[in-house]
Order: sequence, then C-alpha cells, then structure tokens
Amino acid sequence: MLRGLWKLTWIEIKIFLREPLGAFGTIGIPVLVFVVTGRIVGHSLAPASLAASGFISAGLPVLASVLISISAVLSLVTIISIYREGGILKRLRATPLRPQTILTAHVVVKLLLTAATLALMVLAGKRYYPVGIHAPLLGFTMALLISTCSILSIGFLIASIVPTARFAQPIGAVIMYPMIAVSGLFVPVKSLPPTLQSVARVVPLTYTVSLLEGIWRGDAWSAHAGDILALVVVFIVCTALSAKVFRWE
Amino acid sequence: MRPVIQVSAVRKTYGSTLAVDEVSFEVNEGEIFGLIGPNGAGKTTTMECIEGLRTPDRGTISVLGLDPFNDVYKLQERIGVQLQQAQLQKRIKVWEAVDLWASLYHKDAIDGERLLEQLGLIDKRNAWFMTLSGGQKQRLFIALALINDPEVVFLDELTTGLDPQARRAIWDLVRGIRERGKTVFLTTHLMEEAERLCDRVAIIEHGRIIDIDTPQSLVNRHCPERTVVLATDDLTAVEHFRTIPQVLAVTCTDSQFTIRGRGDDLVTEVIHCLSENRIRVTDFRTILPNLEDVFLKLTGRPIRD
Repeated sequence: MLRGLWKLTWIEIKIFLREPLGAFGTIGIPVLVFVVTGRIVGHSLAPASLAASGFISAGLPVLASVLISISAVLSLVTIISIYREGGILKRLRATPLRPQTILTAHVVVKLLLTAATLALMVLAGKRYYPVGIHAPLLGFTMALLISTCSILSIGFLIASIVPTARFAQPIGAVIMYPMIAVSGLFVPVKSLPPTLQSVARVVPLTYTVSLLEGIWRGDAWSAHAGDILALVVVFIVCTALSAKVFRWE
Repeated sequence: MRPVIQVSAVRKTYGSTLAVDEVSFEVNEGEIFGLIGPNGAGKTTTMECIEGLRTPDRGTISVLGLDPFNDVYKLQERIGVQLQQAQLQKRIKVWEAVDLWASLYHKDAIDGERLLEQLGLIDKRNAWFMTLSGGQKQRLFIALALINDPEVVFLDELTTGLDPQARRAIWDLVRGIRERGKTVFLTTHLMEEAERLCDRVAIIEHGRIIDIDTPQSLVNRHCPERTVVLATDDLTAVEHFRTIPQVLAVTCTDSQFTIRGRGDDLVTEVIHCLSENRIRVTDFRTILPNLEDVFLKLTGRPIRD
C-alpha cells in the first residue's frame, strides 16, 4: 500500500501547512529563536571563548534537536487524538488501508518536519555558530533518526491511552518534560543526586542525550552501542504495547 | 434475488451491556434495506459488525460471500461505507479527499470529478472540509463511499442533522445508487426516511429484530386500522356509517365525524355510503397508519423519546 502511504503523507503535509501557525510555529519559530540567540551570543562572546564554544559546539545542537523532536512527538500525540475523536481514524480504517499505513504516514510527516526544521537551523545558523565544520553531520542525523523514532514510539503509547484530545497535549507534556530534566540535557547525569541518577537510568531520553552528544563530539558508534540498544528496546516495547492498547475510536 | 448480506444469530456485548442479541436477516441484491429503530437500539453496532469494523461475540456474517472478520481487506475493496458522525481532516480539500480515497483501492476507481459533479460538489472541489455545510459533508461522504464502485453501500444515519430540503436531496441520491444496480444497507431512526426510501426494513429495538418486511406490509400487518374524518351537517349520517361492515367505531364532535375501521376497503365503503345516501360533506380526509404507528404498536412506545 505504498501508493496510499505516499498520498496520505503528502496530504497530511499540505494540511499541516494550512494550519494557522502550522509552518511558522513549528519550523519558523525555532529557527528564528536559534538565529536571534546566535546573534546575541555571537556578538557578546568571542568565538574562541571556551565557555561559549563548549556550549555551542556540543550542548546547543543536542538541546535544539531534542526539543524539536519532543515538540514533534507532542504534536503527533495531539493530532492522533484529534483524529480519533473526530472519527477520522475510524473512517480511514473502513478502507483497504492498513492501520500501520495510517500511523506510519503521521510518523513520516513528523520526521520530515523535524528534518526540515533542523536543516533550516543548520543553514541559518552557519553565520553565527562555528559548528558544522567538524561535526559529523551524517552520523548525527542517523543518531537523531534513531532517537526520534524511539521518542515517537513513546508518543504513540501516550496517544494510545490519552482519553480525549483535550488531555493529549498536557498529558504528553507531563510525561515528556520531566524526562528532559533528568536526561542530562541541562545537568550532566553524573552531577545529579543518586536517587535521580537511578531515575535517569530508566528514562529513555537519557540514552538519546548520551548518544547525540557522543556522536556530535565524534565518538565511535561502538562506544554508544548501549545507548542504541536501549533506544531500540524502548522502540520495540512501546510499539508493541501501543499496538495492543491503541484505540481507533 | 440472491442475498448479498447474510446475518445469522449475531450477538455483541460491550462489557455487561448487550448491544445486539440474536440478530438474523438477509439483504438481497439491488434493494435498499433499512435497519430502523431508536438511538441506542443496536443499529450501528450491527452495521459495523457487517462492515468488519467490529467483531461479533457470536453468530456468523457473510457479505458477498466473504467473512467480514477474516477477509476484511478483500471485503473493503468491494463495499462502500459512510459512518455515522464521521469527520475528515478539517483542512483537507474536497478533491484531495476524493483523490486519496481513489488511491486506496486496488481496482480502478471511478472518475472522481464526474462523481463530484453528479453529487453537486464540483463547485466545492477546492473547499476545505471544515467550510462545507452539513449536507455538503454528507454528499462528500457519499462520494467517498462510491469511489471504488462498490457492490454494497453502507449508509449509517445519513441524514441526521440535515434540514428537510437537504434530506430530500440525499434521498434522491440514494435512490440513484440503487438505480446503478447496487445494494444499499442503511440505518435510520427517521420513520419517514425508511418509508420513502427502503424496499424492506427490519425494526430493531434493544438489540433485537422485531419484524422484517416491506414498509407497506408491516403497516398492513400490525396497523390494519384506517381512519376517515369527514364533516357534514347531516346528523343522521352516523346511523348509515354504522351499517358499514368494516367500521369499528364512529365518534362525532360538532359536525365532524371520525370513522375508524379495518382494511383497505374502508375508505371505498365510506364513499359509497355517502353517495348512496346523498350525504353532503364539506370536508373529507383519511388518516393512514405509518411505520411510526407500527413502531408504537410493536414496542409500546413512540420511536422518539
């Protein structure tokens, strides 16, 4: 059913771009914030400054990537629950379209939008951020794809269980954002209190951050086999669980 | 006529609620078959079991020789479905929806543009779904249900929420579907809709089928009473009316007589009596029972609560 998948994906992209604030809110604002921050940071600090380059060259790309993929996941959760509540999912299911195809289309849309946002950031940020020259962009993209798929599967699990569309965004946020706090994105996991460290170990986002930061630094993939394994396990478990509990109406 | 839908002893429960119980019926090729009953009677559940969207707890269903559960994708290639209260993406354009649906089926879809033209939607082909009126939305759903040139079309509460004019337009469209040689299976809680549209109806209440037949046969069987109301100044007329064998009761208020009786011949006999006795009438009308009365008679309550 590749034909249906392609058509549905294309239509979903068009529909998304027709939303008020759809394209601007999702793609424009992050890029804008990125550029504005770049101007401020770039002007106030010499590029050679260790503090600045340390954050810019490792922290910022990972921070931006993770936040963008999380916002994509939250919007996926919302869209799925709106479609369910409106009977759109049910109507699509009453065709020869396979359920997997319907859901895959939405994941592809989110992946494409995430990719577009990041690509624009890289382009727009080139002037202000002395990054991208030495960073392994291809490897980082791969790592980001693995991470995003894993986070998306968590999103799907949330989308499977939220009762109504009204609760989708808040419930999603309540689950996703605390994960960020312990994931090592802002504070390294090692500097967290012992209790939070053990929490961090079971939070999937920790492995995302570890993988992304590592690959960006230029670590070998083999050094992060554990992270990848963890993310793959999360993906399989969440996908399997949501396949079981997913409600179409 | 060969049956295209065969439902046998189907039962479906949601938790402890019994939605459909021992439901059995057949739908013949080329007819408009209506499942009628009040809201919550089990109409949609029955229909969705037949469409393969729900699995019955017990019983067997065959549609076009296929099992809706095991052959669901094969079946969906050959049927068209309109769901109750379904929506599409708010900002999908009419032509995009038709184009998408056309791409979902393996066999060649029929010409979407012509379909939109036939359904009076061609001016709206670039409009977003959210901007359509209720009637236009339903016409679009009919288009989507017809896009794969299906053999059986399922319509669930098609005209609910529409104004009378839009409703009549939709009825014409449904008759048009039958004229293309397709079988139509519909549900409705509107007795007028069932009477005007359906070749045969099954009355369902509390998940059970009460009776199945043509609307006229159901009326004749369950409500054979006819009523004639006439106005005359001739007060001796009442004696003449009572001699008519079919008459059960005659009541009179002022100069208006209400004559109740049984059978199709009642009206003829009353007219005959009037002319034979040269009774001058200033008003004459008949009240015929309809499916609404049948429902009341069979269930003891009116269909609208």
